[in-house]
Amino acid sequence: MGMTMTAKILAAHAGKEYVKKGELIMAKLDLVLGNDVTSPVAINEYCKAGCQEVFDRNKIALVMDHFTPNKDIKAAEQTKKVRDWADEKGITHFYDVGEMGVEHALLPEKGLVVSGDLVIGADSHTCTYGALGAFSTGVGSTDMAAGMAYGKAWFKVPGAIKFNLLGKLSPNVSGKDVILHIIGNIGVDGALYKSMEFSGDGVKNLTIDDRFTICNMAIEAGAKNGIFPVDDVTLEYVKAHSTRLPTIYEADADAEYDEIYHIDLSKIEATVAFPHLPSNTRTFKDIGDIKIDQVVIGSCTNGRYSDFEAAAAILKGRKVNNRVRTLIIPTTQKIYLEMIESGLTKLFIEAGAAVSTPTCGPCLGGHMGILAKGERCVATTNRNFVGRMGHPESEVYLASPAVAAASAVTGRITHPSELEDK
Amino acid sequence: MKITGNVIKYGNNVDTDVIIPARYLNTSDPKELAAHCMEDLDKTFVTRVKAGDIMVAGTNFGCGSSREHAPIAIKASGIACVVAKSFARIFYRNSVNTGLAIVEYDGDIDEGDTVEVDFGKGIIKNLTKNTVGDFPPFPPFLQNIIEKGGLLNSLKEDN
Repeated sequence: MGMTMTAKILAAHAGKEYVKKGELIMAKLDLVLGNDVTSPVAINEYCKAGCQEVFDRNKIALVMDHFTPNKDIKAAEQTKKVRDWADEKGITHFYDVGEMGVEHALLPEKGLVVSGDLVIGADSHTCTYGALGAFSTGVGSTDMAAGMAYGKAWFKVPGAIKFNLLGKLSPNVSGKDVILHIIGNIGVDGALYKSMEFSGDGVKNLTIDDRFTICNMAIEAGAKNGIFPVDDVTLEYVKAHSTRLPTIYEADADAEYDEIYHIDLSKIEATVAFPHLPSNTRTFKDIGDIKIDQVVIGSCTNGRYSDFEAAAAILKGRKVNNRVRTLIIPTTQKIYLEMIESGLTKLFIEAGAAVSTPTCGPCLGGHMGILAKGERCVATTNRNFVGRMGHPESEVYLASPAVAAASAVTGRITHPSELEDK
Repeated sequence: MKITGNVIKYGNNVDTDVIIPARYLNTSDPKELAAHCMEDLDKTFVTRVKAGDIMVAGTNFGCGSSREHAPIAIKASGIACVVAKSFARIFYRNSVNTGLAIVEYDGDIDEGDTVEVDFGKGIIKNLTKNTVGDFPPFPPFLQNIIEKGGLLNSLKEDN
């Protein structure tokens, strides 16, 4: 029996020719990631265990993105703790306010992840880098501490589900709609403990940003990782962002999959996940009149330049509804600067939106856009659990940047095509 | 190891945002975290939980974020063991790594039952209903991590 793409990357990093599903292995890490929420816990564990030097100061990334710019005194203490420790250990990739971005947009942009890498991060959306043909997965703070000390982590070789993608996306449909469509079909534990391997002729029609968004939300189906094959689109991105050389792994023709889904991209419609699970998806024929109070366009899921271009195409020459607080949050300083230079920032401000420095802020109900009781938000983020963005009785609807922008204009959940006709 | 306790029961897909809401993640102090454990799902939890209680749930327990604050909060609240039909994978590894006892088990247990979990024998006795079921033990690889007092200690010995 052949190996999946994920199994091959795991085998290579465990120093083995072959690994089989269910096998427990210890593997070498190319990068260990943490943020301002998870790193303080990892540093506590690291110190408690009496660890001294880190395994490689160039292979640890600490990104202060969740509660920053520091939202309160406790958050300030947490980032200070990480800053001091990073300084003491000489960590090369420590990113603080002014330089930091939302971690899963920042790391690929900085060229810290390339195809074939094995990456763990103490953040569940670490699975994003599967878009580059890397194995990456979210872990907890103790795993992060062990990774920083020894450069290793344990893994159970996952089974895999293959998603054979065909065709091309329709206008106003993006990677976000693809992953919401899939989670709506298989459920929030539909890929529990497994790898989601994307393949097929349709892959070439997806931009690298679409692929980042799709892999980012693999965790919302319970998956260990999501992964795309490496093609010209991947290599072009890696070459433009990193000096490191990619390693290309391909699934064997006789690799074993627990299930195979065939997905015609051309049939996917704009999709919205209703409260309180990402699997609670609907398309516009079943949405009706849902009034909203806030729109958030940003996050590690959909806060890249192309996401803001999609939103700008709708907001150009329009005003957001005066009852809708519209927050635009670029995920990195580079994206923010590009938005200023291209005129997107001006366009958003003239439309009545607020444009913020990079932060995870509202996505996890941290700061910068908390909801009151009974309020509703359309967000391009990744989770709509109870209380995710604020009050336990507030509601989050997950959607693409195009749907979010159209909804900001009308004040209710709106398909972008409704505005195009006018 | 044997744990006997009173059951507090929840449903499927209990996510880490309800186990410990992100608004409290500006601290890693176990006591502070425990004071807000489960509050968006069940405001009464922190007042009624007693040391040694057993939390029982359905499928995909601990889904969502990677926050280790979730098992830390549950452990510090006094819960001795979590029994669920299945666990989300990051929560599963965080529990192994930090020493929160967890069991994958799909049996008949209700709120308020008294249950005995025998880790040595891999069986669960529902003392209220007078029923017995078994659960698979951890594989030796993970058992080794647990026995050595968590991931960092086990790696320290190996390196």
